[in-house]
Amino acid sequence: MAEMTNKERMSIKRHHMLEQDPNVRNKNFEEVNLGYTQEIAIEEANRCIQCKNPLCITGCPVSINIPKFIKLISEGNHKEAAAVLKIDNALPAVCGRVCPQEEQCEKVCILAKKGDPVAIGNLERWAADWERKNIGLQIPELKPKTGKKIAIVGGGPAGLSCAGDLIQMGHEVTVFEALHSVGGVLIYGIPEFRLPKEIVHIEIEGLAKMGVEFVTNYVVGLIETIDELLERFDAIFIGVGAGLPYFMNIPGEHLNGVYSSNEFLTRVNLMKAYKFPETDTPMFDVKNKVVAVFGGGNTAMDAVRTSLRLGAKRAMIVYRRTEAEMPARIEEIKHAKEEGVEFYLLAAPLEFLGDEQGWLRAMKLQKMELGEPDASGRRRPVPIEGAVEEISIETAVVAIGNGSNPIINQTTPDLNVNKWGNILVDNNTMKTNKKGVFAGGDIVTGGATVILAMGAGRTAAKAIDEFVKNPDTW
Amino acid sequence: MNKILEAKFLAPDIKLFKIEAPKIATKRKPGQFIILRVHQDGERIPLTIADSDIKQGTITIIVQGIGNTTKHLNTLKAGDFIPDLVGPLGKPSHIENFGCAVSIGGGVGTAIAYPTAKALKEAGNYVISIIGGRSKEFVILEDEMSATSDECYPTTDDGSYGFHGFVTQKLQQLIDEGKKIDFVLAIGPIPMMEAVAKVTKPNNIKTVVSLNPIMVDGTGMCGGCRAIVGGKTQFVCVDGPEFDAHEVDFKVLTNRNKMYLTQEKTSLESHICKLEKMYDKEKTNG
Repeated sequence: MAEMTNKERMSIKRHHMLEQDPNVRNKNFEEVNLGYTQEIAIEEANRCIQCKNPLCITGCPVSINIPKFIKLISEGNHKEAAAVLKIDNALPAVCGRVCPQEEQCEKVCILAKKGDPVAIGNLERWAADWERKNIGLQIPELKPKTGKKIAIVGGGPAGLSCAGDLIQMGHEVTVFEALHSVGGVLIYGIPEFRLPKEIVHIEIEGLAKMGVEFVTNYVVGLIETIDELLERFDAIFIGVGAGLPYFMNIPGEHLNGVYSSNEFLTRVNLMKAYKFPETDTPMFDVKNKVVAVFGGGNTAMDAVRTSLRLGAKRAMIVYRRTEAEMPARIEEIKHAKEEGVEFYLLAAPLEFLGDEQGWLRAMKLQKMELGEPDASGRRRPVPIEGAVEEISIETAVVAIGNGSNPIINQTTPDLNVNKWGNILVDNNTMKTNKKGVFAGGDIVTGGATVILAMGAGRTAAKAIDEFVKNPDTW
Repeated sequence: MNKILEAKFLAPDIKLFKIEAPKIATKRKPGQFIILRVHQDGERIPLTIADSDIKQGTITIIVQGIGNTTKHLNTLKAGDFIPDLVGPLGKPSHIENFGCAVSIGGGVGTAIAYPTAKALKEAGNYVISIIGGRSKEFVILEDEMSATSDECYPTTDDGSYGFHGFVTQKLQQLIDEGKKIDFVLAIGPIPMMEAVAKVTKPNNIKTVVSLNPIMVDGTGMCGGCRAIVGGKTQFVCVDGPEFDAHEVDFKVLTNRNKMYLTQEKTSLESHICKLEKMYDKEKTNG
């Protein structure tokens, strides 16, 4: 068969993934996206024109060789495609699902200039899923053992990606996780319907097969300090993630029925409260109730869509600005709308009202309008005088972001942090002011995305590799 | 996995466990707690470490069987394992030589007050302990508390043992007798801690309580354990568990602890149901 011309490639329309019907999926916790078929995957892969200077690679925080893996898919060599992914990405099946590709690789895809970019994320997911389903997770080649020992503090995306690189470089890697299950936000935060937990467990098992040692139920700082770890490891990577949730500091936030998104999602995802009483962890019963979620990010979308699946009669997003300013991925907003989520925009909460027993019964909202742009360039919402509305709700979920986790800071007083408690690092190496200690992910940046944390983990892994080889030059 | 080396009832439904956890045993300080799960689908519950034995490599916890998890825990015996156990968590108690320190424990709260009382004694304080229970059988750790106290007063609500009345009445009596008290530590049910705070406030006695709100992760992530202290939101798992009793909003604390009462009842019923089935099966299997 003759090679396709670029014109032929570019005439193929982008393929969307199959999805569960919105009115079915909003009642179950099964994955919303159903993935590609082999035929569709190959056809989508054929859309890639194999640029000589591929911009997509530079758009990827972990620099996956995107044209190479896509070419392999187009040739039907899915096994090799998955192997190419894993050179640069410890968790391809996860990233194929939760990365904001539209802001990264796909944004800079040359095809995006005239039409729709290649569906890089969908293809990543295809190759990773193909491997897992057909031949089981394959283990990449490891370099000879160096005998250097590295401790990773926190088993979330940053730590796992750092561990994946370091183990391939031949180092001994131990991941210390505070919770009873490894995965961080992938396990406690992102819901099953967006990222099945089994996929996370299998990718982590892959790391374990490569030789990464996992220690759960271990809160570094309290059971062993960073300084103590330095005595038995050659280097440390801190990726402890986001910390305590922010609240809105309005009256009534302590009423029963008001959750932080962290707690709400942790109960459902990590503790499987949606199966209660089959499982032991309870949560406030939202069946046939009205749920309001405050915030416009991916976490807010996760919480509001989870509420629907738990049987909420009405589930709404309350956001101070308009949809255009929402930080959530377009796909998440679209999915939420299809599933029946209501959007209360240009509305700022003033107060939560409770009944005599201390249970939430209503929220008071201040209607807003857009004024002049603020420092971030976004038009600042300003209150419309007198436009205050009271709406009956039974559950509220506050999803407006997180501070930093205080445990490492409290127990490592000589580690430099900023006024919000985020660890200060050199951006090129992720090294902190303490020799041999590196950090990355949300504990450095504040709340961000899975893939940015993974990118930081990779940057740190590269630097750690150089550091352990020549510590005296650092 | 942590092995239970010793398990014995101290009072009806109150059981002491010595659990193998050598690293926690060396690291933990008075006032700190652990979180455990009793099975794969179990809930994470916080329990204060009552004591530790570095040589034996064990920690001691004392548990009152109230809910699903604590009742399940109390069916475990020496030789059984706890699948998940993490700690030490929380900030250690602030220990200094205050002068005369009164440590008050109500019911199973005595188990939590005990390690701090011991540390206060070691720091040079004159320690007076008041340990209360509904009736004689619910007064626990009297020998241990006596050993670390200069004076130790058991109290019972029904007068079946020691001082007849509440721990607060005994405390008031000491104050009225002119005892100069510099510090009070009160640990027990919320109404008891609130009542102690009410007694000490007019007397300007520095008073600390240990809060036990509902927690999930216990490591400063979920925000579920928030309490209002001094008008500000505090997270008990990382800012506490001990706080100035005169600053704690007990009303909010009480309400928040009732959040899952209905669900806890369901869970307990289903748990008892499961236990009965297990028992029936054992019977049939002979």
